[in-house]
Amino acid sequence: MPLQTLTQGDRLSVVADGSWTAAQAAALEPLVDAIRGPANIRSMLLDLRGIVEIDTFGACLLERLIRRWREDGKEASVSGLADRFRGLVAAVDRVGGEISRPVEEESAQLAALEGIGRGIFDSGRYAVTFVTMLGAVGDALLRVLADPRRFRLASFVNQLDRVGLQAVPIIVLITFLIGGIISQQGIFHFRKFGAESYAVDLVGILVLREIGVLIVAIMVAGRSGSSYTAELGSMKMREEIDALRTMGLDPAEVLILPRVIALVCALPILALIGSLSALYGGGLVAWLYGGMSPAIYIARLKDAISVTHFQVGMIKAPFMALVIGIVACAEGLKVKGSAESLGLQTTSSVVKSIFLVIVLDGFFAMFFASIGM
Amino acid sequence: MDPANNSVVIDVRDLTVGFDDQLVLDHLSLDVRRGEILGVVGASGGGKTVLLRTIIGLIHQRQGSITILGTDRDTASLETIRAIESRWGILFQQGALFSSLTVLENVEFPIREHLHVSDRLREEVAKAKLGMVGLNAEDAQKYPAELSGGMTKRVALARALALDPEIVFLDEPTSGLDPIAAGDFDSLIRTLQRTLGLTVFMVTHDLDSLYAVCDRIAALADGKVIAEGPMATMLACEHPWVKSYFQGKRGRGAERLPSHSEH
Repeated sequence: MPLQTLTQGDRLSVVADGSWTAAQAAALEPLVDAIRGPANIRSMLLDLRGIVEIDTFGACLLERLIRRWREDGKEASVSGLADRFRGLVAAVDRVGGEISRPVEEESAQLAALEGIGRGIFDSGRYAVTFVTMLGAVGDALLRVLADPRRFRLASFVNQLDRVGLQAVPIIVLITFLIGGIISQQGIFHFRKFGAESYAVDLVGILVLREIGVLIVAIMVAGRSGSSYTAELGSMKMREEIDALRTMGLDPAEVLILPRVIALVCALPILALIGSLSALYGGGLVAWLYGGMSPAIYIARLKDAISVTHFQVGMIKAPFMALVIGIVACAEGLKVKGSAESLGLQTTSSVVKSIFLVIVLDGFFAMFFASIGM
Repeated sequence: MDPANNSVVIDVRDLTVGFDDQLVLDHLSLDVRRGEILGVVGASGGGKTVLLRTIIGLIHQRQGSITILGTDRDTASLETIRAIESRWGILFQQGALFSSLTVLENVEFPIREHLHVSDRLREEVAKAKLGMVGLNAEDAQKYPAELSGGMTKRVALARALALDPEIVFLDEPTSGLDPIAAGDFDSLIRTLQRTLGLTVFMVTHDLDSLYAVCDRIAALADGKVIAEGPMATMLACEHPWVKSYFQGKRGRGAERLPSHSEH
């Protein structure tokens, strides 16, 4: 028995022996917790002469026993501990107050409520961040317009290459497939009414007004927005942005403006290429699956769509690019010291910019409907 | 546990470690005795950290043997190695705290993985370790990203000590700390080493640490231990690198420090 108790009058004597280490801790703990003297016992004498081995786990259990007795207003004294263990037991005793202090834990309901509150508060604060970033970019733009030599042309061209030219293959592929799928679905369902040829109207209007630009914007948010956030975020982590500031340069002008303008220039071009590719995909499926010759497809397309549809799509593109660029850069600058926060902000950048792009698209739909476009 | 017992706990024999065609450690031999604090010094890129990482098994050697607590890693079974691994603790240079866990959870982690103790005792022991390194209950709920450099090192030390190890490896424990924090950390290491009867293997650049806490020092150069022994041996050593290290301007500055504090 590593722990034996003996009652002598109003005194309880507890004899501990053997090895009080982590390996025995699981067995010792219930024994320690079971020591509860009757109410008439005033004091406890802990005899530790028999302990041959003790580590922090054992020392914590002893500490717990002694503390519980003292908290009950009873006396507890220790005797016979070997010299070599004294330092450890004393060290645990010294930090005993910290051990017993409970960890503050909130109730689940309160935490849920707090989460909602924080979410609302954060989204309000996020709106401020977004507008601030928009303002900073606008300010930088005005300064650059006043003195065009300040514009970072090399950076702009480099970004244009990365977010524009290098994005072309994947954009072409995705929109080609989307165009094909819309065309196939249109032909398949319209066939029931003998109205297959209207699938061309479906493809043309949908692609030019909505899908072309929306799909491209979402692709760009995932591909380029995230890379903006990660880039600026890692620069923030390594204090490069602070270094720029102390050299008298405005990060909004040097880093953010070229990136946002590159995106605003690239997205309409990509949307045009994407729309063409989708129309091509739609035509190919109409030919191979629907048996509609390319000449008829083009003729139908000419009737179905007008420049207005194309304009509606193209007008939206730069605004979507602006939203993606501003969100990506704002999120990048929100990165704090850790790599974890970099990952978090990159995810948040993509989610927020896709969400805002779709919301913006909704507003544009209402706007164009009310002006009759 | 008895410091008077000078048995060897880490025995490195003829260790050769290299990467591609570059030889980092060349037939290096070194003993670490029970209950001592051994400081390993050497030029930057001289293989100190490589030696530490080889001993703990993160880098594999080309030749030679390492015997820790009587077990040779190369011949031991996986289970034996796991058992040995729970008898040492490692403080990495950057702390290597798990960023998704709180301070308390970081210290609890090795206990949770290696031992079967109740949740309550695990939390008590983790808090005791945090208390021993000078952190309080408020700090325990923080995440590593919220800690200062000194606190990160303290938490990492608490985690290294979580399983009551026999050997603690410290990789540049005072680097990145200000001199006051570094001095505090040195005395913390000294105190804990005495209290818990630890054997400490410390890689360091800090001359003050060497003077303040190390029982013995091993100097590494050209992939070998060129000098080994207490500070007096180092100061008497004629090897040019050791000489310029300990008797250069900064070395002499550090030498004066302990005598000041003794007044």
